[in-house]
Amino acid sequence: MQLEQMYQEIILDHYRSPHGAGLRDPFDAESFQINPTCGDEITLRVRLDGGRVAEISHETLGCSISQASASVLTDLVVGRSVEDSLRVLTAFQEMAQGRGQVEPDEEVLGDGVAFAGVARYPARVKCALLGWMAFKDAVVRVGGTDRGAAEQNGTAATSDGKDAT
Amino acid sequence: MTAVEAPASRNGTAALDVAAVRADFAILSRTVRDGKPLVYLDSGATSQRPRQVLDAERAFLEQHNAAVHRGAHQLAEEATDAYESARARIATFVGADPASLVFTKNATEGINLVAYAMSNAATAGPEAARFTLGPGDEVVVTELEHHANLVPWQELCRRTGATLRWFSVGADGRLDLDSDPITERTKVVAFAHQSNVLGTVLPVAELVRRARAVGALTVLDACQSVPNRPVSFTALDVDFAAFSGHKMLGPSGVGVLYGRSDLLAAMPPFLTGGSMIEMVRMEGSTYAPPPQRFEAGVPMTSQAVGLGAAVDYLSGIGMDVVEAHEAALTGRALDALGEVPGVRVVGPTDLADRGGVVAFVVDGVHAHDVGQVLDDRGVAVRVGHHCAWPLHRRFGVAATVRASVHVYNTPAEIDALVDGVRAAQKFFGVG
Repeated sequence: MQLEQMYQEIILDHYRSPHGAGLRDPFDAESFQINPTCGDEITLRVRLDGGRVAEISHETLGCSISQASASVLTDLVVGRSVEDSLRVLTAFQEMAQGRGQVEPDEEVLGDGVAFAGVARYPARVKCALLGWMAFKDAVVRVGGTDRGAAEQNGTAATSDGKDAT
Repeated sequence: MTAVEAPASRNGTAALDVAAVRADFAILSRTVRDGKPLVYLDSGATSQRPRQVLDAERAFLEQHNAAVHRGAHQLAEEATDAYESARARIATFVGADPASLVFTKNATEGINLVAYAMSNAATAGPEAARFTLGPGDEVVVTELEHHANLVPWQELCRRTGATLRWFSVGADGRLDLDSDPITERTKVVAFAHQSNVLGTVLPVAELVRRARAVGALTVLDACQSVPNRPVSFTALDVDFAAFSGHKMLGPSGVGVLYGRSDLLAAMPPFLTGGSMIEMVRMEGSTYAPPPQRFEAGVPMTSQAVGLGAAVDYLSGIGMDVVEAHEAALTGRALDALGEVPGVRVVGPTDLADRGGVVAFVVDGVHAHDVGQVLDDRGVAVRVGHHCAWPLHRRFGVAATVRASVHVYNTPAEIDALVDGVRAAQKFFGVG
């Protein structure tokens, strides 16, 4: 049955008890992202410590896929260097946008491979990427990397209104 | 609206043979998602098209295609006749004079046409004075508008310095008439005939009365009414109205703007270029009378012909029959969803002044996830904010599931929807 391919047990587990849920202080940068097609929202905070991701916290108003994805993101990047975490992000994004044609690497993506089924449903790819785009944006904002060219609007540490892909 | 409680059987009502109607729509017999019969409950987004509409487009293209309102050859004459004949039949369908109908790309373009014409009025001379807006003037909308009847007015206000005000919506999904922001400063009152989310039919006569009392123009978004019930713009007495072809069994890429003749005659153009001129010199130009003034460039032709065929098809069934059939299906959906614990309908739960769209939330399951389970069972619905984001905020929800019906839907399809909702609850462990 197609439904179980998409909603794998790992995804449902993360959805029922998401890791990193609830905004926490202190943090170095915060990103607010929305999915304009459905109105789903995430606010995600990042705290870095010596080039490593020390903590992720988020508040997600969204479907099971977006909530589970933010939870898996938390598991995958906390403790990693920023560069390393962005490599995981790239791998996740390639899988999610791969229309089911990209074979995910479990070594890199861990529980993230469960989202391979979501890639077969183009309408849901943005749901899976919402938290990851918030993470990318927050990391750029904190200046922890020279990658990416997200527009900085001076002093504001929160972005909003940007598409998730 | 007269909510006719028609006896619902597997084949619809006594007046309507749904099986015969369905036979005209090839797409309704296909399967989706590994062999599941398609249950199409998304006509509020776009409707399906009967064979008669597709045949009309093909016959036009195979026999009569040419650029309309140009050329003296036989095909150009025939194409122009087909295009204008479609305009005349559509005009009859909505109780209007043919010269008061402008073909547009869709309803969104029709509403933008009015909004941009009002911007252009500032420099269009004394004849257009009644369309000008500036600081101190106000535009009134409602909280339940589709973005297509909200964002163009926000933008008009931004360009002109006018201020946007709005009616609010009550918890029952009805317009709160006590929140009336209409004053002597109001120049435009723009509102939906029927909410594309709540299904609520707005009190057009009362809103027109209040607008006219202060000399404001009225603009009606008729996208969700013209396809589903008898509508006469003359009887409604609105100044402007817009609707789209693709929601009324017709083609996409064609819509209609209705404007009162005296207003269209005085209104400056939005898009300019070929076809819409009276005389052109290097120093400047004068413009054709309406509706040509508002149809710059070679227009969509086979689509207009297809829309003409769509109104013939709907008229053949009878819009009162369409309305009664949709009311029966809506009643069935409201009753059945009302019996499912944890399901909350967003919008009126009775059939009075209510059309055939039913939006709802399922406690503990996001609308996307409900939609995914329904899709897995072949049931096509809309999920999200349905281009009415402020309205969803008003009800404190990010997204809803929306089922919408048309003349080809059956009671069994409503039952499939409700079964699917129960299945979603079970799948996510909340049922």
